[in-house]
Amino acid sequence: MLDQVVAAPKARRSGKTPGLLLVPGLVAAGVALLPIAYLVIRSFEGGLGRIVDVLFRERTALLIGRSLGLTVAVTTACVLLGLFFAFIVVRSDLPGRTLIGVLAALPLAIPSYIAAFAWVSSPVDVSGFLGAFLVLTACCYPYVYIPVVAAMRGVDPATEEVARGLGKNAWQAFWSVTARQVRPAAAGGALLVALYTLSDFGAVSLLRYDVFTRVIHTSYRSSFDRTPAAILSLLLVILTVTITVSEARLRKASEQVRVGGGVSRRPSVIRLGRWRWLAGPGATAVLGLALAFPIVSLLYWSVTGLSRGVDLGRLSESAVTTIWFAGLGMLACVVLAVPVGILAARYRTRPVRLIEHATFAGHALPGIVVALALVFFGIRYANPIYQRTPMLVLAYAVLFLPMAVASVRSSVAMSSPRIEEVARSLGKTRTEVLRLVTLPLAGPGIAAGAALVMLTAMKELPATLLLQPTGARTLATSLWTETGVAAYAAAAPYGLALVVLAVIPTLILMRVQARQ
Amino acid sequence: MSDLTIRGLDVAFGEGTERVEVLRGLDLDIAHSHLTAVVGPSGCGKTTLLRTIAGFVQPDDGTVSIDGRVVASRTVNVPAEKRGVTLVPQEGALFPHLDVAGNVAFGLTRKQPKSRVSDLLELVGLAGMESRWPHELSGGQQQRVALARALAPEPRLVLLDEPFSALDAGLRGSVRAEVRRVLRQAGTTALLVTHDQDEALSFADSVAVLAEGRVAMHASPEAVYAAPTDLGVARFIGQVVELTGQALGRQAETALGRLALSEDTGVNGHPTRGTVTLRPEQIRICELEDEGVAGIIEERTYYGHDATIAVRLEGERGIPGPRVIVRTTGPLPVQDEVRLAVSGLARFFPSEAGVGD
Repeated sequence: MLDQVVAAPKARRSGKTPGLLLVPGLVAAGVALLPIAYLVIRSFEGGLGRIVDVLFRERTALLIGRSLGLTVAVTTACVLLGLFFAFIVVRSDLPGRTLIGVLAALPLAIPSYIAAFAWVSSPVDVSGFLGAFLVLTACCYPYVYIPVVAAMRGVDPATEEVARGLGKNAWQAFWSVTARQVRPAAAGGALLVALYTLSDFGAVSLLRYDVFTRVIHTSYRSSFDRTPAAILSLLLVILTVTITVSEARLRKASEQVRVGGGVSRRPSVIRLGRWRWLAGPGATAVLGLALAFPIVSLLYWSVTGLSRGVDLGRLSESAVTTIWFAGLGMLACVVLAVPVGILAARYRTRPVRLIEHATFAGHALPGIVVALALVFFGIRYANPIYQRTPMLVLAYAVLFLPMAVASVRSSVAMSSPRIEEVARSLGKTRTEVLRLVTLPLAGPGIAAGAALVMLTAMKELPATLLLQPTGARTLATSLWTETGVAAYAAAAPYGLALVVLAVIPTLILMRVQARQ
Repeated sequence: MSDLTIRGLDVAFGEGTERVEVLRGLDLDIAHSHLTAVVGPSGCGKTTLLRTIAGFVQPDDGTVSIDGRVVASRTVNVPAEKRGVTLVPQEGALFPHLDVAGNVAFGLTRKQPKSRVSDLLELVGLAGMESRWPHELSGGQQQRVALARALAPEPRLVLLDEPFSALDAGLRGSVRAEVRRVLRQAGTTALLVTHDQDEALSFADSVAVLAEGRVAMHASPEAVYAAPTDLGVARFIGQVVELTGQALGRQAETALGRLALSEDTGVNGHPTRGTVTLRPEQIRICELEDEGVAGIIEERTYYGHDATIAVRLEGERGIPGPRVIVRTTGPLPVQDEVRLAVSGLARFFPSEAGVGD
């Protein structure tokens, strides 16, 4: 009996993972892990002494302090703003709360370097910590706001009614019941904010605040010895990976505590009374700073620039380059993500889970780190493609693979595996079923995910900056370069083109996907 | 010759301490062109059996043979697409990206004529619906398309996995009759898996009752209902009245008096204790005062076409007797006190360890 158990491994089941998908899946995992692996190798090349040397510099301690300080400040502010907006939208009687609800999510689409551009080009001097704090908070609070709104709407109003019945007033009931229940959602959002803040390059570099990403870039640009840049990158990755792991843990835990959806009833409204005179202008001011200010600034400088005569040829060339690179990045992502996504949706075996986790590496890796690792790798092992298009496409593939895998997996998971079994029983081989059933059914979802990858890649700054082929410039890097030399009127049209080309379609696509 | 032969089938899932044996030494023979129903409570292994025959689960031991050729065993695993076994799953599982004709034609080989699609649609009563889309069809129509699709490649065996459970009660009977007619007309061997005993009894030529990973009984619907071979089968198929009793020869003493048994118990001399079973329709309410056993009605449940009455039998020495269920098509008695008698033969299951109590 025991022999039989031992001799009957899982792989003998017909549910065994097909090699047709497993091999490309392994390739995808390899691509995703390449930068981090090479970064480790590169960091340890100088010997352990070198690492200790870099780590224990006074500047490094200062850098960690600044990065963590900014992260804590931005995260705290985002949690407060996210909760504030969610409460206003879901529970208050503030006039115009429906419109506020829509507008409050929009800053998510504005790239941090465009928000930073608005501040840098304004007469107010907010460079350094204050500027970075303002810009990142304005860009990031929707990461808290969006999940908290959903959680608040999902809270069963009956629980608050019970609390009222037990002698609490409306406010006490809200704080003791509803606010407690949205805590996992808020915490999950907060970790995303922290991750975004640590990874951001555009805003901190334009606002000249020396946190990890900016220092890594400067160190890479200004010195022949690039080992410190590698070691600092690795340190940053340790921070971001820690955050990503805690986020995943928390998300899992909060999914478990979710109570089954009963009858959806509107939660009761809490009257703001006199507080509305504080809440209304407060919300308006935040939306003004986070949304209206960057857009108005971009429009103002664009008009100025256009009246002075902008090089339209270079503008359209940058636009075409942006679309071309992003399109190639999208193709690479989809080709790598399709096998992984199908595996993840259909075969929950250990190797598949490892592959899936590996492809999520890009989620935790800041763009600048991926770019730097690929620079090192390119110089040493892939010289023919260094400073050429394939290198940039590779970076995009690593960075946006998580997004593509998630969309393929959810599209495939939506159709029942029974349908594939029926197809098998009708005489089709695994490959035929893939071609005739699985992919056609998942097609629309995969296409939407691919479009989202492309639009996100168009906005990417740090990796594009480091890896763009010699002579080529995208909209994002043009904006960054011109802003860097205070040529705001010249920079703005690139930003405007980027918003029209990438941001607006992203918003539409996200709304369409949310509705599905 | 048997079309489908299953011998000693073992299937388990999981490893080590989490290992769950789902099928344990299951034997089953299905004759050519027969409709067979596999029925059993949820968790008895019905679906696993079906997926093993279809080729989506490989057995740990035993064999599945079709037309004398082993298609699944510990070492053999013919791919699902090469078995000639098609599926009609729950809720149809039509390909949503293909129209009705595309669905039916999906399994056709190049040699088979395309005209087969319209022939099959006519057979299932959906002539002219070729260009409809699955979402435009009612539940019953989807199920019939799924049947046409399963019949299209001329399979050796069609497996139906609770195909009527998603339909509402009114439609279920008519779709079931329709599917039965089509399968008969096509002369296909078919295996229906269901947890619904009425469905199994009314659909199939033979019924296999599954319990704890084995076939507890495989016989005609009449035999399964009227002459269950063990208490588990009796309890699962239809309602059953159980009484403890002492059996001797072809008779048993019970709270309902001395009852005639369907078979000789072979017990001589000392009577044996055991369980005596009856169907509720075997118990009738007496009209005469001096007939039968007295009892008090505790509950009346009216169904329209018939009714059941729960009666507490008069006990001995102040201890109340057992409660029995009586099915009656006549008028419900108004009085609480009734006298009950038994018609037909009762069945006797001697007490063994774990059985009869």
